[in-house]
Amino acid sequence: MYELLKGLGAWLTGSEQWAGSDGIGHRLAEHLQYSLLATLIAAAIALPVGLLIGHTGRGAFIAINLSSFGRALPTVGLVVLVFLVSGLSMWPVYIALVALAVPSIVTNTYAGMTAVDPEVRDAARGQGMRPHQVLLQVELPLALPLIMTGLRLALIQVVATATIAAYVSFGGLGRYVFDGLAQRDLVQVLGGAVLVAVVAVVLDLALSALQRVLFRHRPSTTA
Amino acid sequence: MSVDWSWIADHTDDLTALTLSHLQAALTAVLLGLLVSLPLAVVAHRVRRLRGLLLGLSNVLFTIPSIAVFVLLLPVSGLTRTTTVIGLTIYTLVVLLRNTVEGLDSVPAKTKEAAKAMGTRPLRTLLTVELPLALPVIMAGVRIATVMAISLVSVATYIGDGGLGQLFTDGFQRNFPTPVIVGVVLTLLLALVADALLVTLQYVLTPWTRRQKQGA
Repeated sequence: MYELLKGLGAWLTGSEQWAGSDGIGHRLAEHLQYSLLATLIAAAIALPVGLLIGHTGRGAFIAINLSSFGRALPTVGLVVLVFLVSGLSMWPVYIALVALAVPSIVTNTYAGMTAVDPEVRDAARGQGMRPHQVLLQVELPLALPLIMTGLRLALIQVVATATIAAYVSFGGLGRYVFDGLAQRDLVQVLGGAVLVAVVAVVLDLALSALQRVLFRHRPSTTA
Repeated sequence: MSVDWSWIADHTDDLTALTLSHLQAALTAVLLGLLVSLPLAVVAHRVRRLRGLLLGLSNVLFTIPSIAVFVLLLPVSGLTRTTTVIGLTIYTLVVLLRNTVEGLDSVPAKTKEAAKAMGTRPLRTLLTVELPLALPVIMAGVRIATVMAISLVSVATYIGDGGLGQLFTDGFQRNFPTPVIVGVVLTLLLALVADALLVTLQYVLTPWTRRQKQGA
């Protein structure tokens, strides 16, 4: 165990390890690109769907079941399947990661919308606000904390799962995990795993900091 | 992309064996996860200071890619079922721990005081009052953990296990989509059936939640 950690220290701090197309710098950039782009695409799909379901109250059954369906979908199988169908393109990675992220965002957005006090909604309508105004100026701001929770959860899952991309010959930090597995080089596997975990934790902290800055005027997120 | 039905017909025995092995790995992991998270959750619920530490730790474990966990366990337990089960158990912890703590938190203070006033000892209160009342929230966690474990078993295919996940590597290596499609569909079905059974189990275990609704 000690040897492994010592090796990890040397692996992470070696300057040659950070440079070049197989260097940590490049792999990190690839990993961030897969994760952030996939989460953005997922948000672009899932947020309107979640808001619409929450606003109209229709399709709640779909929202709830979608989340357990999404959790059950085996990412490895999905990546391989899309890879076999589409050949060597970026589709397998993005389709699998977006499919992973959409359910968390839809369910949390929906949950945020249902948590909005109906009296507040009625008051907004009573004041003569139009439906889109109620949605954008009243419901959306009140639902934002839970929406952000969904986005953070999705991002963590996507960052951890983007590792799988390396199996179908893509880059990202998963390269180290799969190459290390093939070469029986545990230091490399550990290095890749630690980097992925650090990226996930840092991105999560960054989003929660963003959330605090954006809503600092609000006394409490539960109110 | 067309499904080769004759391949499926020729491999029904293999598919049954893989499905059972898949289910066994996932269920063992969830049971172990419950065994580990129950005492931890009680500690996190009672000792405020340890709560953040335990929940934070399980959150960090969740960010480590599952494939890496399996590979890093190889020096400890080798290419065995044990490695698969330990790896999966680690992932179930984050959901099980959080939900069990939340479940225990949701028990009204008045109920616990009433138990105390009646002279019920702390351990007995925990087992006969707090845990049963926390059961709906705990069961919600068990459902999520089970579905997650069933989906994650396939990652262990990279260390030579993985139940239905073996169909994914098999299909990938032979450039043959049928096993991959069958693997995805069977995994989804397994998760669906397991979830439905857990809903039924919860219905049977918590009769008082129904009686309340009828009385209201």
